Amino acid sequence: MLENQKTGEVIEASTSGYLAQCYELYQSPALGSLVKTRGDDNLDILGVVSNTATLGIEPGRRPIARGKDVVSEEEIYRESPQLYKLLKSEFDVMVIGYSVDGRIYQNLPPKPARIHGFVYLCTQEEVRVFSQCLDFLSLLLNASVEIPVEELVIATLREMARSYGSERRSFLIEAGKELAVLLSKDYVRLKTILRGLKYDAGE
Amino acid sequence: MMQESNRSEFAQKLGVVISGSLTRGIEVKLDSSTSVEDMAVGRYVIIYGQKRRFFGMLTDVTLEVADERINATPSDASDPFLSAVLSGTATYGTIHVLPMLTINVAGDEQGYQPVKTVPSHFSPVTVASQRDVEMVFGKEDDKRFYIGTPLDMETKICLDLQEFVKRSNGIFGKSGTGKTFLTRLLLIGMLQKSAAVNLVFDMHNEYGWEGRSEDKGYKVKALKQLFPEKVAVFTLDEESSRRRKVSTDAVVKLGYDEIQPDDIALLRQTLNLTEAAVQASYQLARHFGSKRWLEAVLGMENDEATRELLVKLNIHEATFSNLRRGLEQIRRLGFLEPSTQQNPVDRILGYLKSGVSVVLEFGRYADLTAYMLVANMLSRRIYNQYREMTEKALGEESAQPRQLVITIEEAHKFLNTEVANQTIFGTIAREMRKYNVTLLIIDQRPSSIDEEVMSQLGTRITCLLDNERDVDAVLAGVSGKSELRSVLARLEPKQQVLIFGHAVPMPVVVRTREYGSEESLRSLVDSTQDVTKPVDEVIRELWG
Repeated sequence: MLENQKTGEVIEASTSGYLAQCYELYQSPALGSLVKTRGDDNLDILGVVSNTATLGIEPGRRPIARGKDVVSEEEIYRESPQLYKLLKSEFDVMVIGYSVDGRIYQNLPPKPARIHGFVYLCTQEEVRVFSQCLDFLSLLLNASVEIPVEELVIATLREMARSYGSERRSFLIEAGKELAVLLSKDYVRLKTILRGLKYDAGE
Repeated sequence: MMQESNRSEFAQKLGVVISGSLTRGIEVKLDSSTSVEDMAVGRYVIIYGQKRRFFGMLTDVTLEVADERINATPSDASDPFLSAVLSGTATYGTIHVLPMLTINVAGDEQGYQPVKTVPSHFSPVTVASQRDVEMVFGKEDDKRFYIGTPLDMETKICLDLQEFVKRSNGIFGKSGTGKTFLTRLLLIGMLQKSAAVNLVFDMHNEYGWEGRSEDKGYKVKALKQLFPEKVAVFTLDEESSRRRKVSTDAVVKLGYDEIQPDDIALLRQTLNLTEAAVQASYQLARHFGSKRWLEAVLGMENDEATRELLVKLNIHEATFSNLRRGLEQIRRLGFLEPSTQQNPVDRILGYLKSGVSVVLEFGRYADLTAYMLVANMLSRRIYNQYREMTEKALGEESAQPRQLVITIEEAHKFLNTEVANQTIFGTIAREMRKYNVTLLIIDQRPSSIDEEVMSQLGTRITCLLDNERDVDAVLAGVSGKSELRSVLARLEPKQQVLIFGHAVPMPVVVRTREYGSEESLRSLVDSTQDVTKPVDEVIRELWG
């Protein structure tokens, strides 16, 4: 099995989600990626990346534009390497489940993540195992996140589908059916999500 | 656990129960993998309840949407991904199932009972397997007759003919839907599987000797050719029978003395008689005696003596001439003779007693007057004799007479509300099996048949009917009537029948077995038990 890639560290945490900072600037995982961090009592808290941001490390001090006399963006960073220390990339993770002793629960964990807990990207195998059950979709649909919920669902399913290879389409159809049930009284939202996934489900 | 393992044997899960009631039937939501287009009314399904299995019939198919807004933008369905997701979830099909029987699964005992409850929510539903259908409808044996197969299945559906003949039964259907073929099949079945003998009033000469298949035009063998030892053909019209090269056993001639005023009453409409004229016939019969009255009335001259008699009997002259004109019409029937030595009733009874069925051909007398007159007259006397025999058997505790089934066509003429009380057939239909005589009535206008008679029919077999009133009449008193109505209206015009009543455990749509080809006849003759000749020899004789 592939080693989990360490991608950041928890800096703020609650039961429903946490904020993590990347070790490298701009190296945040993609929106909708499944990540995990170790919580108390030997449980792994699983979540999806629900937002990412890059900002200055001091609140209230905004970066200023520096590229007037240079040709490329890279040059700016080359000329001012301190920028790598003054800026940080962060990502929000929405918790959608946890696992204890290999058993996966698609509910909120009993305790939140720990500060300074390492955040790992889940392997494709882990993503497939987790998405065997689609109960997490109802948690996602009820999320209060900064981006539109539909976008989060699209991004999550799209990321998950990548781990299915040739079975990508059947995974998306199955997930779509689950959404159709959950959104049976809200066809407009359902349609928004399905349209978003249309090309991912192409043959 | 046992339920689980049973279920896995029969793949094809259709869906799950979502609502329903015992009286209205069960709604089943189809799984997304099941196409509504594969569903067909009349099919059998099994519902796996938690404690028992339910055997039911599919009676309706519906398309549903979870959110009405889908209908507002139907073009979305053209996207293959969207339609794949939506089918079975936001857009889905439901089927309506009429539960008919519950099947025992626990223990070794296999059997079924009428349904008295409904399966619980989300019980899975599958197509009934051959084994289920076989368990319900039984296998062909010495009392069950294989009549056909259910739709989309090769299982044999069998009628319990020993039960069948114990009550009066009806075969209905529009003209040209295969009533005659079906009747032939049933008559053969009765010859084979039941101890009953048949008396067939064969208006169009179709049952005794070969008939013609209406659409294919080839000749079809009939009873006498298939079972020469068990069937006798009587004819009213010797010439016609000879022309058609029918080997008849007897020519029937009827004497005037056989005709009773009751027979005239029955013919009131066909002979265009007034009510007063019918009453006059009773008076005249009382005056002249029931044996002589017809001859006497036909012999009356238009003279003083006649007029005096009419005054004495208080019969109006116009009434008399109306009656006279009607009776003249009867006189013209070639098989009637002023006096005849032969006693056709005794002859027919003789055959029937020895277990030989009788088919009476009408030859060219295929009009209603002759048919009703003869059928009523003969049946009445045969019925009377049967009653005597049965009563005697009761008194002496000897063997009862053989069960007799009388087949009549155009039954609504005998059994309409107006005359059902006057004809012997009304009596037979109502008093049923007390005297071991029952009816097989064949008709295309069941709505004209008296309700009371219809309600007494044990088993009704119906081909396609599309007149509302006829459908209502046939389905009167059956549970799940509205569901069966949709099944009945969608029968194919040929070879498909709906059977319900006493001889089948539940209503069933059957594709009738083939009748006519050499192979099909061989299979029919094959299964007889007491053919004296080897089968091959019979076949060779039949087909030259």
